[in-house]
Amino acid sequence: MNIDHFKPATVYTIYIASTPEKVWQALTTTEFSRKYFFGNSVEVDLKVGGAFIVRTPDGALHISGEVIECAPPRRLSVTFNVNWPELIEKLGPTLVTYEIEAVGEAVRLTMTESHDRPLSDDILEGGRQGWPAILSSLKSVLETGAPLLIQMEPPKRMLAALKAMGIGAP
Amino acid sequence: MPKPEFVYVTYIETTPEKLWGALTSSEFSRRYWFGTELRSDRKVGSPFALVMNGTTTDVGEILEADPPRRLSYTFRHVLKLVKLTLTHQGFAEGSKLLDGISKGWPAILSSLKSLLESGTVLAIPVSALGIEGM
Repeated sequence: MNIDHFKPATVYTIYIASTPEKVWQALTTTEFSRKYFFGNSVEVDLKVGGAFIVRTPDGALHISGEVIECAPPRRLSVTFNVNWPELIEKLGPTLVTYEIEAVGEAVRLTMTESHDRPLSDDILEGGRQGWPAILSSLKSVLETGAPLLIQMEPPKRMLAALKAMGIGAP
Repeated sequence: MPKPEFVYVTYIETTPEKLWGALTSSEFSRRYWFGTELRSDRKVGSPFALVMNGTTTDVGEILEADPPRRLSYTFRHVLKLVKLTLTHQGFAEGSKLLDGISKGWPAILSSLKSLLESGTVLAIPVSALGIEGM
């Protein structure tokens, strides 16, 4: 897949007292991901073209995509498409890139969410609300062993904007 | 001396399977547990949570699951969680300061989070942040 025309829409950076290898493992292993991803689990076949999947706690397919770049433990780029009817047809694919860098005795993790077309702030609200929560919890799990229990309001503006476009959240 | 504990025994006219379902289903638990859902997939090592009217009150892990005979999980009360949103504004177009603070704040607030949660600050040299002139 050609990603040259994708542009970053949301960037989130967080520093973690850990190693690049451990952060990579947290992002890519099923068991670890469930601890911080609100019970969702990541399944990824770590090679270019491999499948990338996120399942909800009950096992349902939530996000599907493919691996675009895979350079452990430094860089992982995947398509990250929420499995709601009509979503990919109307919004296009989502690209998520994780960059992992050792910085002093910590790790800088930068998540970049990119799209191949301009999207409204309302649509982007979902990711902008979700990523800080997910990655803050990932940091807590790596540093203290305990995830955060974050109770978030549903992204109302995003849901309303999707509905207006004929995209229904299940 | 044994640690303080609470043990309660009762007898219910049902089957072990139905009782297992009642003890592990979020739909069912909501009906008898003051609106609290038990969220887990009942697999050993999986996360376990109690969610009361949409708010997670406790979290833990499944230690044993041997349906329909024995279920064991840990849980601890979720005491406090704070969402911090920082907004820094008032920059001129093309501001170098904006570039610098965009790199600085994530490191500062990440270190603040570590200090409050684990008692240890992050060891990040300022020079590694990629801020021009630092």
